[in-house]
Amino acid sequence: MAAVMAVESGQSRLRPFSCELGLLSRPDGRATFLQGVTPSVLAGLYGPVEAKISKELPDRAALEVLLRPKVGLPGVLERSREQLLRQTCEAVVLGALHPRTAITLVLQVLSDASLLSCCLNAACMALLDAGLPLAALFCGVTCALQPDGSVLLDPTARQEQEARAILTFAIGSSERKVLMATTKGSCSVEEMQQCLAAAQGAADTIFQFYRDSVRRRYCKS
Amino acid sequence: MRRRAARRPRPWWGSGAARDLLLLPAQYDEDAEGDGCGSARAERRRGAAVRAGAAALRAGLLVTKCGLLRHRPAGGGAFWVDSQQKRYVPVKGDHVIGIVTAKAGDVFRLDVGGSEPASLSYLAFEGATKRNRPNVQVGDLIYGQFLVANKDMEPEMVCIDSSGKSSGMGIIGQDGFLFKVSLGLIRKLLAPKCEIIQELSQLYPFELVLGMNGRIWVKAKTVQQTLIIVNILEACEYMSAEQRKQALAKLSGNR
Repeated sequence: MAAVMAVESGQSRLRPFSCELGLLSRPDGRATFLQGVTPSVLAGLYGPVEAKISKELPDRAALEVLLRPKVGLPGVLERSREQLLRQTCEAVVLGALHPRTAITLVLQVLSDASLLSCCLNAACMALLDAGLPLAALFCGVTCALQPDGSVLLDPTARQEQEARAILTFAIGSSERKVLMATTKGSCSVEEMQQCLAAAQGAADTIFQFYRDSVRRRYCKS
Repeated sequence: MRRRAARRPRPWWGSGAARDLLLLPAQYDEDAEGDGCGSARAERRRGAAVRAGAAALRAGLLVTKCGLLRHRPAGGGAFWVDSQQKRYVPVKGDHVIGIVTAKAGDVFRLDVGGSEPASLSYLAFEGATKRNRPNVQVGDLIYGQFLVANKDMEPEMVCIDSSGKSSGMGIIGQDGFLFKVSLGLIRKLLAPKCEIIQELSQLYPFELVLGMNGRIWVKAKTVQQTLIIVNILEACEYMSAEQRKQALAKLSGNR
């Protein structure tokens, strides 16, 4: 069920990406997302299941995201990414339809370098696979601002180190609105807007890719 | 062959096998209308009905699940999204298989695969009175129907219909085999003229209970025959119709 596509977009190009649905057998929703060759994330989603009394919310589902690094225990970086991912997912999941339940999303990083955008894409595919009610889809795009001021979409680990600033956006499918933005390094407002425009341009190709992989899954049955 | 679950009328599931329009949450893609999954014949059969559904989506209906758009013209017409998922959410009127997890006073707690256990009163069995209690033990399987199921309340099951008859529901016998499949496969198996069930019934006699929560209970004459049926049904999720026919032909030849 793997699909690979390379995309040409404006100022730079996204590396080829592919996904595999249904690798794990136990979770309710599962997806693997590979961006470029290395960064790949395995996602498993459980829910809606019974929530612990301490975590139960009376009006909506309690969403929990767990990010596991390739080796070792999750640290501060993982925790901060978990928060970003959780807030992004909460913005699209219609949790009010399943009150007093819990939804758990587990993301296992399988490569040395893990882009936040890769985690975002894997999370969205897992939500789709689980059939949870969503208000919109979202995708993650990372932009690197190079020392000469040019924008590079979807940088590799090496390019990321050389870059002046790294910007990651989560973009919703309805009117390509920004759901989450995080930056590292210094950039001007104009540069940020330039990156956002590039990310929004790349979002369409990712949404088309979602559609293609879901179609492949539904055609088989 | 006795088929308890399939006996109830469910005229619309899988009625329009050829009408496929893939929907994703909050997305409506007009280009996708022309490149559905079906064959050329299927494309032609995708009639004006689905186009009407597509028009409703354009008019501002929000899609929240991904799946194929289906249509039932009978009874005023209805549209729904047929999605493949594994987690069951209780729906009023659904027939499911529950596992008794506890006996709490005058109700039983049943695990139905949803987010919380369902309750089942000891009086909700055919012929049950305060004196004459049904013999239900923890761990028993129960085939019943949801009387109450909504997001804000605990789901409640019964094993009788509105006239007080069991109509196939109740405790499932001690032997047999219970396993889980995806909800999409269950809906396919419950379709009125399901090919898989028809082909299997020609192999040898067996009992089958299908729960809308993805649970299937099978019992044939021997354990071996039971496991063959289980393996075929489990494999149906990944096999095409042709592969299934080949596997079944091989089995009936070996007999």
